[in-house]
Amino acid sequence: MIPAGFEYHRPGDIASAIGILQEHGDEARVIAGGHSLIPMMKLRMAEMGHLVDLQAIDELKGIQIGSDTVTLGAMVTQHELITHDGLAAAIPLIREAALQIADPQVRYMGTVGGNVANGDPGNDMPGLMQCLNATFELSGPDGNRSVAAREFYEAAYFTAREDEEILTRISIPVPGAGVGQAYEKQKRKIGDYATAAAAVMVGNGTASVAMTNLADTPIWSEGASAALADGDVNGCVAAMLDAIEPVADNRGPVEFKKHVAAVMLRRAIDRAQSRAG
Amino acid sequence: MSKMHVKLTVNGKEVEGLAEPRTLLIHFLREDLKITGPHIGCETSHCGACTVDIDGKSVKSCTTFVAQVNGADITTVEGLTNDDGSLGVLQEMFREHHGLQCGFCTPGMITRAHRLLQENPNPTEEEIRFGMAGNLCRCTGYQNIVKAISASADMLNAQKEAAE
Ligand SMILES: Cc1cc2nc3c(=O)[nH]c(=O)nc-3n(C[C@H](O)[C@H](O)[C@H](O)COP(=O)(O)OP(=O)(O)OC[C@H]3O[C@@H](n4cnc5c(N)ncnc54)[C@H](O)[C@@H]3O)c2cc1C
Ligand code: FES
Ligand code: FES
Repeated sequence: MIPAGFEYHRPGDIASAIGILQEHGDEARVIAGGHSLIPMMKLRMAEMGHLVDLQAIDELKGIQIGSDTVTLGAMVTQHELITHDGLAAAIPLIREAALQIADPQVRYMGTVGGNVANGDPGNDMPGLMQCLNATFELSGPDGNRSVAAREFYEAAYFTAREDEEILTRISIPVPGAGVGQAYEKQKRKIGDYATAAAAVMVGNGTASVAMTNLADTPIWSEGASAALADGDVNGCVAAMLDAIEPVADNRGPVEFKKHVAAVMLRRAIDRAQSRAG
Repeated sequence: MSKMHVKLTVNGKEVEGLAEPRTLLIHFLREDLKITGPHIGCETSHCGACTVDIDGKSVKSCTTFVAQVNGADITTVEGLTNDDGSLGVLQEMFREHHGLQCGFCTPGMITRAHRLLQENPNPTEEEIRFGMAGNLCRCTGYQNIVKAISASADMLNAQKEAAE
C-alpha cells in the first residue's frame, strides 16, 4: 500500500499553483485533503510525478455568508461545514449532508472542493450542490470562469474542469425563507458511500431534487423538480426513477437500488415538506 | 525520488528526519521515529487504529503523507500520559472500565476520544458513538469503550472544577 513516488509542492497562492500545473502538464495533480486521492494512489490507480498541495493557499479558505449568496472556499473541510453556525442557519441542508459523509476523521481532512472536483459518483456533495443550484469558480492559465454544478459532471471522474484549472470557490444562492430542505442517505454501514441518497428543497411553489450514486454522475432532474413544485410527489418519484441509471454492484442489484432510491426520495420529500413553511 | 527534510513536533518534542514525500505518516512515526503507539490495522482508511492528533484534528495517519504534515504539531497515544508518566485520565478509564481486550484498536480509540472530549466535554452516549464512528474494535462490542469515555468526561470535568 505504498504509492508511487512524486515530487511535493506547497505553493502559497493560486497563481503559483497554476504555474506548477502548467509546467508539468498531466504529470501534476493537486491534493486537497487527500482522502479520495491517497487511497487511489495507494492502489496505484493514480500516479503522478508532481503533487501540488493546496493547504497553504489562504484564498481557497473561508466561508462567507451573504444575504443572497453563500460562498465556500474549496479548501473548507467537511468538519468546518458542520461546525459553522452561520452556515447551518443560512443553508441547513449542507450540515445535514456533511454529517452523513464518511466518519469524523475523514471529515477533518476531506474538503468541499475535493469532494465536488473528484468526480466520483459516490461523493455526496455533487448531488447536494446540484440540488442547491451552486456554481463552481475555476481558475486556470486563461483566467477565471464559472460552471454551474448542474453542468459540471460529464461521466465518472470526468468533469468540465480542465487539468490545469483549480476549483477555487463554490457559490450557492441562499434558498428563500420557507423553503424546506432535507438530505437522506442509505448506506451499508457508517462511513460508507451511498447506496442511494436524495437532496430535496421544497417550498414557496419551487422545488429541486437531486440524487447520488445512482448513475455515473449525480442526477438533478428538472421533471422531478417541477412535479414536486406542483405538489405531485408520485410524479416526482416516477420522474426521478426514470432519470437514474443504477448498475448492479456490491451495494445490490438494479431493482434493489431503484427501490432504495424511491424510499430515500420519499423520506427526504416528507422531511423537507415538514420543514417548509 | 529524492528525500525531503521533515520537521515535526511530536508529543511536545521537536523531531527531524529525511523521508520521501510519499512516505505515509504512520510509517514515518513507527519506523523512523519508533513511535509505535499508533497501529496499522487496515491501511485503507477504514479502521482508525492509526489515528493521531494533528493540529487539533483527529487524522488517520495511514491516509496522510508525511510531506503534508511537515511543520505540524502531532500527538499520539504516548503523549496522553500525565507529566509524571502515569496513565492519563482516558488511559486510566479505559483500563478501569475494560475498554479494551486485545488492545489493538486502543491507541486510536484514546487519541480520537481525546479530541472528542476537547470539542464536546459533556457528550451524550449517542454523541460518543457518533464521534467514535471512525474507529473499529473487533473485541469489545464498544459498550465498555463508551463507558470509559463517558467516565473520562466526568473525571476531566471534576478535575477542571477542582482547579477553578
Ligand atoms: C473511509 C472513507 C469514507 C468516505 N466516505 C465518503 C462518503 O460517504 N461520502 C463522500 O462524499 N465522500 C466520502 N469519502 C471521500 C471524502 O469525503 C474525500 O475527502 C473527498 O471525496 C475528497 O476531498 P479531499 O479534500 O480529500 O480531496 P483529495 O483526495 O485531495 O482530491 C480528490 C480529487 O479532487 C482533485 N481536487 C481536490 N481539490 C481540488 C481543487 N480545489 N481544484 C481542482 N481539483 C481538486 C484532486 O486532484 C483529486 O483528483 C470517504 C473517504 C474515506 C477515506
Ligand atoms: S490503519 Fe489507518 S484507518 Fe486502518
Ligand atoms: S480491543 Fe481488540 S480490537 Fe478493540
